[in-house]
Amino acid sequence: MPLKKPNIKKSPLHTAHEKLGAKMIPFSGWEMPVQYSGIIQEHQAVRRTVGMFDISHMGVLTVTGTKSESWLNTMLTNDIRGTAVGEGQYTLMLNEKGGVIDDLLAYRTGEQKFMLVVNAARLEEDWAWLQEHLAAGVDLANTSEDLAALAIQGPKASELIEKVFPQQSILPRRHKIFFWEESEPPLWISRTGYTGEDGFELFFAAEEATGLWDRFLKRMEALDGLPSGLGARDTLRLEAGLPLNGNDLSAEITPLEAGLKPFVNFDKPEKFIGSSVLREQLESGVPRKAMAFLMQGKAPPPRVGYEIFVENEKIGVVTSGAITPTIACGNGLAIVDIAFAEPDQDVEVEIRGKRYPGRLARKPLYRRKQ
Amino acid sequence: MNLPESYKYTKSHEWIEVAEAAGTVGITDHAQNELSDVVFVELPEIGRTVEAGEAVAVVESVKAASDIYSPVSGEITAVNETLSNDPALVNSGAFTDGWLFKIKLSDVDELEALLPAGQYAKEIDS
Repeated sequence: MPLKKPNIKKSPLHTAHEKLGAKMIPFSGWEMPVQYSGIIQEHQAVRRTVGMFDISHMGVLTVTGTKSESWLNTMLTNDIRGTAVGEGQYTLMLNEKGGVIDDLLAYRTGEQKFMLVVNAARLEEDWAWLQEHLAAGVDLANTSEDLAALAIQGPKASELIEKVFPQQSILPRRHKIFFWEESEPPLWISRTGYTGEDGFELFFAAEEATGLWDRFLKRMEALDGLPSGLGARDTLRLEAGLPLNGNDLSAEITPLEAGLKPFVNFDKPEKFIGSSVLREQLESGVPRKAMAFLMQGKAPPPRVGYEIFVENEKIGVVTSGAITPTIACGNGLAIVDIAFAEPDQDVEVEIRGKRYPGRLARKPLYRRKQ
Repeated sequence: MNLPESYKYTKSHEWIEVAEAAGTVGITDHAQNELSDVVFVELPEIGRTVEAGEAVAVVESVKAASDIYSPVSGEITAVNETLSNDPALVNSGAFTDGWLFKIKLSDVDELEALLPAGQYAKEIDS
């Protein structure tokens, strides 16, 4: 009897990826492209021109109802009251201990309507947590399955969007979201991303995915853009110091430790889950902190879990690392004891039993030229 | 795919080219393609004695580190120093300039346990 395969989800663009010869890998319960032409090439395309990513695996939740605003303020760290219709913010959902369940983007799409874009790997957990804490006057819906999504990223992202949607004269500004009702297909377009470049994320009906993908592909060629996979997405976000939940964020790491204090609001009227732990940390100081680091000289790529030392004392651990194309040497993110969490602190990273010199740095290591 | 006929292969995707009792070892084109962009290669120390099947080198791509196993027993006599500055040679010349190390075989009979090109081709085809 054949073994039953685990239920692997496929993006509506699965066939399109295979047609391009993409290398597919399992990712958070999905089969997604890790690369098409090569991680380094795709990374460079996003830094220099434009790249297109299938992000249909991302979860999309819709929150509506008269109490949706105040309820979200109890569930999320940032203050959603500050967003006007068509605006979004980066925010975090915490457990009672102040640890991170998920990091997400919350957009206000109507006076009493919100769209939450969450990590694929955490969708089920997020859903269960939100359901468990649901309040009267709040409706929660999971619209992930009906939607496909693309990220268009790079210095030529807006040029590409303009070419594919010539009838749309105004593009959203940073952290804004528009609903293009008249466009073909109708879609949500937000200006955000996970690469450190300018860019957009588009959400639209799953059945429109292949058609839109092909239109982008065709227009991208003249701009030297490339379809890009999860591999490049990871090296791009790493250089830009953007955390990956499950690596740099976890149920054991608080946003203050992760260096995400700007996205935690203690002044809003609602008390959010995890706030008391965070308040204590704020007063007594965090015991450890997320930092970027750079390897000094030739060394194997640092990877998650490698231990970090200062004079034989273990002071931290790598949470994400790689040799990335733009920085061109080993680098990454680490969580280190607060006593050592200073830029230019010399450290050693232990790789297969051998220690290699590195240096802590402020994140991000890569910042695009404005 | 173009597999050098004179080489012998392992199921773990190494190749060895042998002249007398001196072998040159690398990874196959199929393996480099699976790994994709190689960014770092860790090579064994010259003079080290290794057993067949022992992990002796590490090839690291952007995403992952892969152990490389010696196809035969013997003593490491040379390593490909150019890889330290140009690890991508493993991608561009897996069967040629991207070789990893040279080994003096202690038992040439071990070669018989390795796969000829035709058999390796079937192995990666399935």
